[in-house]
Amino acid sequence: MRRICAVFAALALTGCSAGTSTAPQSREVTLVTHDSFAVKPEVLEEFQKSSGITVKQVASGDAGELTNKLVLTKANPIGDVAFGVDSTFASRALSEGVFAEYASPEASKGAQRYKADDSNRLQAVDVGDVCLNIDPAKLGGVEPKSYDDLVDPKFKDKLVVENPATSSPGLAFLLGTIAKYGENGWQEYWTKLRANGVKVVSGWEEAYNQEFSATKGDRPIVVSYASSPSAEGGKTKAVLDTCYRQVEYAGVLSGAKNSEDAKKVLDFLLGEKFQAQVAEQMYVYPSREGVALPESWAKDAPLPPNPQALPADEVKDNREAWVEQWRKLVQG
Amino acid sequence: MGRAVAQARAGLSSRTGWSAAALLPLAFLALFFAWPVLAIVSLGLREGGVLSALADSDTWELVCFTLGQALASTVVAVLAGMPLAFVLARCRIRGLGLVRAAVMVPFVLPTVVVGLAFRTFWPDGGVLPIVLANAFFNVAVVARTVGGLWAHTDRRAEDAARALGASRPRAFLSVVLPALAPAIGSAAAVVFLFCATSFGVVLVLGGSRYRTLETEIYLRTVELFDLSGAAALSLLQFAAVLAVLVLGALARRRRETALALRDREELARRPTGGEWYVVLAAFAVVVALLTPVVGLVTRSLSTRDGWSLAGYVALNTRGDRGTLAVTGVDAAVNSLRTAFDATLVALVVGVFSAVVLVGLRRSGARFAEVLDTALMLPLGVSAVTVGFGYLITMDALPGDFRTSPMLVPLAQALVVTPLIVRMVLPVLRAVDERLRQAAATLGASPARVWREVDLPLVGRSLVAAAGFGYVVALGEFGATSFLARPDAPTLPVVIARLMSRPGELNSQMAYAACVLLMVVTVGCVLLIERLRVPSSGEF
Repeated sequence: MRRICAVFAALALTGCSAGTSTAPQSREVTLVTHDSFAVKPEVLEEFQKSSGITVKQVASGDAGELTNKLVLTKANPIGDVAFGVDSTFASRALSEGVFAEYASPEASKGAQRYKADDSNRLQAVDVGDVCLNIDPAKLGGVEPKSYDDLVDPKFKDKLVVENPATSSPGLAFLLGTIAKYGENGWQEYWTKLRANGVKVVSGWEEAYNQEFSATKGDRPIVVSYASSPSAEGGKTKAVLDTCYRQVEYAGVLSGAKNSEDAKKVLDFLLGEKFQAQVAEQMYVYPSREGVALPESWAKDAPLPPNPQALPADEVKDNREAWVEQWRKLVQG
Repeated sequence: MGRAVAQARAGLSSRTGWSAAALLPLAFLALFFAWPVLAIVSLGLREGGVLSALADSDTWELVCFTLGQALASTVVAVLAGMPLAFVLARCRIRGLGLVRAAVMVPFVLPTVVVGLAFRTFWPDGGVLPIVLANAFFNVAVVARTVGGLWAHTDRRAEDAARALGASRPRAFLSVVLPALAPAIGSAAAVVFLFCATSFGVVLVLGGSRYRTLETEIYLRTVELFDLSGAAALSLLQFAAVLAVLVLGALARRRRETALALRDREELARRPTGGEWYVVLAAFAVVVALLTPVVGLVTRSLSTRDGWSLAGYVALNTRGDRGTLAVTGVDAAVNSLRTAFDATLVALVVGVFSAVVLVGLRRSGARFAEVLDTALMLPLGVSAVTVGFGYLITMDALPGDFRTSPMLVPLAQALVVTPLIVRMVLPVLRAVDERLRQAAATLGASPARVWREVDLPLVGRSLVAAAGFGYVVALGEFGATSFLARPDAPTLPVVIARLMSRPGELNSQMAYAACVLLMVVTVGCVLLIERLRVPSSGEF
């Protein structure tokens, strides 16, 4: 018996790393996000002070994991408002009825340009396009300008991409080639890419930190983000004609316990103060119009003007088959 | 006649008592493991399509590759771990504390970082680097588990065999190895489970050519939301793990013997003659283990523009332009606290389980094997399955447990508990029954017998197990990354985040954070060495 008591005492003691946040507060809103979510502490602090709302953050993996967790828990959601479902997964979240309708007054100030559909359930918070990044120093003046250039022998063994089965930028790049060459043309393109020595790795970390010549490796062309050059001080460039548009959305969860305050948090995410710091905090572009980008971005990492895109439903219906075909084609 | 009946009755009542005590670890397992896993798997099963997944030849290729690479990794880890176990247990050499600490370092390193380090040697990945990397992580399990028992195994039987003319290898094979078999079996089972479910290593080094059940379950659950496919693969993973555990349990049962346990101090001595070859082999293993580690340290210090401490200085910040919610140092402190809680829970559940297991076995209950196997299962089931299971079950607990910060230490404890059981159990089982009977005859109550006989004998392995568990909890990533709150991340979570951002400073800081994690680990191990209880007398 004494031992059983000890166990309960131990279980109770685990509270010492747990802090005190378990106590429910009347105006607490739980914000579920993907792992890459970041906000300047002072910006969040100011919102909490002026609104009287306490924001509790819960991180839930990458965009895909987040979406699936929201779908699984839609009957009893793990929060009130969610941020981070992206254009690849939006149609799954919408068709499963994860989000409730809310026409935020802030959504008409630019976010509407990237909307997922007309139902007002998801609002675009930011745009994070996936583009080829190049290391001009290593390429010595001969730079690729388009998808077509990559199959040119002068770029043989120069390109490293991520596996679309395990990496979100990898998938975006594959979708970009499908959008560009069409349902029946992309296979041929990838066959040529393979013949031209494309290297495939499992994730962005490896591709960018290990294989890319601007960091450590010897491949001068890598699939990364339009924003990445802003972190490299002008040493790298994005190839703006090889971009695929990725939009990240937020919405109030249907079944939110505190949906009134959740709406205010959504307004905050779309509002000027939050939007002004998404570039620095998350390496993405604000969805709101008229928000200035940091200085280095305008020069090194402008927003791609004409990115490729595919309708969300098409992606949802074909994704698994495309990735499987890709696997047979490139690695078979 | 009457006495026989009384004895049988006494046996029965102690069996009932031990079975009742077994309810506690079982309840922990049921609540934080079985329930969530069954919930998510049955959700997938309800969707149908499981049979078609099982009929797919790709599925069986996955099973074969998963088991094959895990088996190969286990063999390598055991071969590399044995000389280390010998040196740690039997040799009196200077600097042994450092070796003990160095061996633990790989265990806490994030798999992505190690995967990248291995890629510098094998740029295209492949099966060999996967096997070596898996073994790299798990040598410590073998060295620790086997070393724990070896350090207490009486040397005289071996010396007698030698005196009777047996060669050194012969004495080892026919005297030492059988005595160590339970610990080797335990360690091999744990290593196999770790390797069968290794995720980051296979992902980074397998390119996308090599896939295992674990990576495929992750893909199906997280990216494709194909819960029925994931459920089919989870069932296979479950079956494979169960089969291996049952084989392991059978092997252990045959080998089990009471050993005359001794104190390490009186057993350790300077190596002589051929033993130096073993010492040499052990140091070769240490050098091999430290090679990727040295690579990491170098990388944390070198930038494109030469050597720099920028990464270390940045540890006191939130990363390049606020990548993190907390500073690197805060994350380290948070890691230490969470690991402490996890170890505490695991120690209580683990030691309690081990005591119950031994009690059940002594009272002859068959149930012991079942409990033993059940306790190991959490190591062999995908963290994704458990994590997603938590989502659809834990809201039924008071206060919506799904987002409770207590879930992190509890999930870590789930991984640490089986390790503690495996480390304490062989020593506990080896306690000579005659000592206990003598104590009981002299009038000691069962609790007193445990305190006066078992506890002093296993004291050291307890401390070692606690230290090992603490370090494992420090490095745990799979479950933690699922559950950690963004405002209270642990070091491994912070490293993963820094690695996923562009900018040289973030990458510098990630490697510096790895070094910090290693330093903290070595510090913990050395501290625990000092805490080790002094010799508890003659037995």
